[in-house]
Amino acid sequence: MTKSNLTPSNTSAASPAGDSAVTSPAWAAGDFVITTHGLTRYFGSRKVVDALELRVPRGCVYAFLGRNGSGKTTTLRMLLGLLDPTRGSATVLGHDSRHLPPAVVARVGYMAEAHAVYRWMRVRECGAFQARFYPRWNNRIFLAVLEHFGLDPKAKAGDLSRGERAGLSLALTLAPEPELLILDDPALGLDPAARRSLLESMIYVTRRSDRTILFSSHLLSDVERVADYIGVLDRSVLRVSSPVETFRARVRQFLLRYPGKLPPLPPMRGLLHARRSLGELRLTIANVDDETRQLIHGLGAQSVEEIPLSLEEALIGYLGERGEGHFFLEDTTTLDEAKGAA
Amino acid sequence: MPLNLHISTGISVPIYRQIIDQICRAVAGGALVPEDQLPSVRELAQRLVVNPNTVARAYSELVREGVAESRQGRGVFITRRRQVYSKAERARRLEQALDGFVNEAVFLDFSADELRDALEKRLRTLRLRESRDHAARGS
Repeated sequence: MTKSNLTPSNTSAASPAGDSAVTSPAWAAGDFVITTHGLTRYFGSRKVVDALELRVPRGCVYAFLGRNGSGKTTTLRMLLGLLDPTRGSATVLGHDSRHLPPAVVARVGYMAEAHAVYRWMRVRECGAFQARFYPRWNNRIFLAVLEHFGLDPKAKAGDLSRGERAGLSLALTLAPEPELLILDDPALGLDPAARRSLLESMIYVTRRSDRTILFSSHLLSDVERVADYIGVLDRSVLRVSSPVETFRARVRQFLLRYPGKLPPLPPMRGLLHARRSLGELRLTIANVDDETRQLIHGLGAQSVEEIPLSLEEALIGYLGERGEGHFFLEDTTTLDEAKGAA
Repeated sequence: MPLNLHISTGISVPIYRQIIDQICRAVAGGALVPEDQLPSVRELAQRLVVNPNTVARAYSELVREGVAESRQGRGVFITRRRQVYSKAERARRLEQALDGFVNEAVFLDFSADELRDALEKRLRTLRLRESRDHAARGS
């Protein structure tokens, strides 16, 4: 695996990395609820998860992104001890994921993709049933989430719509007040109203700063609203793991305008993508530093403009074909320190 | 004072920046005045459906820029307006704003006179609005 670590650029005064000291949440301390070491899983001869080094800081909302089949669900299932890794290991709340003691399992809330519920039970009975497995069951939260999704406790679980089933499933997951919440694509198939309720519930969970949420998603607008961290799996490999704003600040685009012919491009560090069109050269670059800026300004353009990117554009720019496999964006204090010490 | 903030996703402006910009605009337009209290981080996060850390970050930046101040145990309040940037920093920020403006205008083939006119016109409406707000607050 080719993987060159990119160091943060210290050129931009607007870089959130420097600013975040002001608001620095608990997770700056390097306290992780999940760490994986070379976590790898094969299904037959197919590698589904490739040497994952994942660190989820305590108290953050971590969005796990990646296309279908990139290995997200397999990773989550390994973290929960539902699936053994082929190689490597994972630690969840300080315990090896393969042997999580029941007391630790009770501190983890997991909502699987399909929102499976016991169809013959009434909504209220689902809660009463689940409550028996959890010493910390909070029925107030259970009822509040039901109400939030407009669910009738007397309704049959089997008669619920997809969005309502998600609401019930979420109520069952949140009521035990888990320290670590793992949601596998919770927004899948939800209508906008149910999606909003889901996001509100997630924000509600963060009222306690020691609660951590790890969720997978395809919806970048949701991610932008609720996540402080993103991790991106691309064909089984973790390509990004950093605070959302750090990621956004590090992927930049420049628009160079030329009256005539475009010049050839010199080799440029961090270049992800170059697009040429009539009189325009558009460069997408990771970790821009002074040197790169000088290079760009020395390309003889009539004008150079820095184009701000949306999260989606930054992600697509980063994962696009040119940069494939060559860059790894990571930003966790402890890791950098560890590397510095090594 | 009702504070009407709107968050858009999928655009190039990060959410924390949108919060800062809208609060600054509310201050500039007089919708927020000195001594007005901003909603608590948690309250605003819930209302806007965004991560509380995002709101906290916007607030701390507003405090750093001198637009608001944090009072121990009481909350965050709008301050009396004062210039918090050094002369050099102000010049740098103006340069930065000019870059985009001038580049775009030249590319669109506007003449220097047309640019001056457009700028003058914009400044006049701004002055008009300021004096109107001032009168409204005085009454």
